[in-house]
Amino acid sequence: MNTAPAIEVRGLVKKYSNKTAVAGIDLTVEQGEIFALLGPNGAGKTTTVEILEGYRKANSGEIKVLGFDPATKGIAGQKWRNRIGIVLQSASDAADLSVIETVSHFANYYQNPKDVDQVINDVGLTEKIDSKVHQLSGGQRRRLDVALGIIGSPELLFLDEPTTGFDPEARRSFWDLIRTLKSEGTTILLTTHYLDEAQELADRVGVINNGQLIEIAPPSTLGGRNNAPAKVMWVENGVSKELLTSNPTEEVIKLNQHFNGQIPELQVLRPNLEEIYLKMIGEVK
Amino acid sequence: MNLLGETLRIGLLRGSLELKQFMRQRESVVFTLLFPVILLFIFGTVFRDTIAPGVTFSQYFVAGMIASGLVNTGFQQLAITIPMERDAGTLKRLRGTPMSISSYFIGKSILVTILMILQTALLLFFGSVMFDLNLPSDPSLWLNFTWLVILGSACSTVLGIAFSVVPKSGRGASAVVSPIVIILQFFSGVFFVFTSLPIWMQQFAAIFPLKWLTQGMRSVFLPEDFATQEVAGNWELGKTALVLVLWLIIGLFISIRTFKWSRE
Repeated sequence: MNTAPAIEVRGLVKKYSNKTAVAGIDLTVEQGEIFALLGPNGAGKTTTVEILEGYRKANSGEIKVLGFDPATKGIAGQKWRNRIGIVLQSASDAADLSVIETVSHFANYYQNPKDVDQVINDVGLTEKIDSKVHQLSGGQRRRLDVALGIIGSPELLFLDEPTTGFDPEARRSFWDLIRTLKSEGTTILLTTHYLDEAQELADRVGVINNGQLIEIAPPSTLGGRNNAPAKVMWVENGVSKELLTSNPTEEVIKLNQHFNGQIPELQVLRPNLEEIYLKMIGEVK
Repeated sequence: MNLLGETLRIGLLRGSLELKQFMRQRESVVFTLLFPVILLFIFGTVFRDTIAPGVTFSQYFVAGMIASGLVNTGFQQLAITIPMERDAGTLKRLRGTPMSISSYFIGKSILVTILMILQTALLLFFGSVMFDLNLPSDPSLWLNFTWLVILGSACSTVLGIAFSVVPKSGRGASAVVSPIVIILQFFSGVFFVFTSLPIWMQQFAAIFPLKWLTQGMRSVFLPEDFATQEVAGNWELGKTALVLVLWLIIGLFISIRTFKWSRE
């Protein structure tokens, strides 16, 4: 099996008339990996992803997506698109067609489409199979977008903020779907605003700010999170107490001895991904 | 894989999908197909004067409306709906699939062709039943009618696609496109007898295809000797074909060079 990276980017630069949107990004996404790209609005996230998807042209840099330059036009570009799936940020099209009509039609575009009913079932729209697209709720519509993104059995799937507008339950089942796709070997590049989503799904997270990738790491170690001071909280004589420590285990043992047993309302908190992330994008300002 | 066959197959599938979607939007069906018929009723009923021996204005008007129908269903329809599809993200989504741009255009052409056939049939039917439009018996006139429709609709379709880059947004598209079509109809001898228009208007209209299409349709549906009433004293069919072919080439060139898949 070919083990070349699914995405390889070196020195990607994209400028718009007066401003640099992407200022030299290096990025490698391995086959079968779920990679999450995080960053505030206007950080260059969408620009980067749209260059990888072939929608925009970079000013400079080496870009290989499944071994191809996404800017390739013509028949080679068409063949390349047969191997990728794209779920865009917002689409409100095809409102007068039903779910099954839309998905079946898109299946025709691909050489190796998945089973239409199966895909509709996978995204949880079986009950809505004959509903018109305009009758779907925002979350259901988003799931249809995902169905259209995966119908062609893509090797690489781009998901741009896929769960915006989902209720918690829909988000959970969406995450399960993504894990299933990963278990089938699909590489996934995800952008999201939800830190918990990145934490749940991603093998690695890249934080982008002001057009630069400021860190790439697994969610558990991002921003030195694993070594960051933890907060130990408890209650003593009816008063809340807390302390910051880089060795919470030791502190808890001490407290355990101090209280001679149960520590009242004990909590040990590691900084969550969101705190780490906000700190990271704040630092670069 | 046979690439040409595949492009054609997807194009046909897109055509049937486009048609299905169109027919489900009742307001657009009414606007596109029935509006010209309604206009035909109004003008045909109000202006019953004779403009030449044996020719009433309503006959003149029906010929013009058949020509306008090609502009409405092709140019107007596409120049309005493509920007709307662009805003809705339809085009961007399609761009991200292996579907080729040719298949998209084939689909649009199928939709437009079927609409044109329906509309022309409606206008011919009401025109002949209610407003004494003479359906020609001479096969050579039907032959002229056929090439005029084919060339006119092809021209109208590619110009619609070409013009689709002009409206900034889908919501504003109708406001940009419709006045152009209406003004062109006034200038091109649809609502008035062409030769009664000021010379500058005639000359301006002669740049665009609609004037030539209306004249061509009159050559089919009005008595042969009415040709002497035309600007050149004859039907100028050769020149008509030339103008339409030129616009077809210009439209194709612009469509391919400037087509925009997303708004930015």
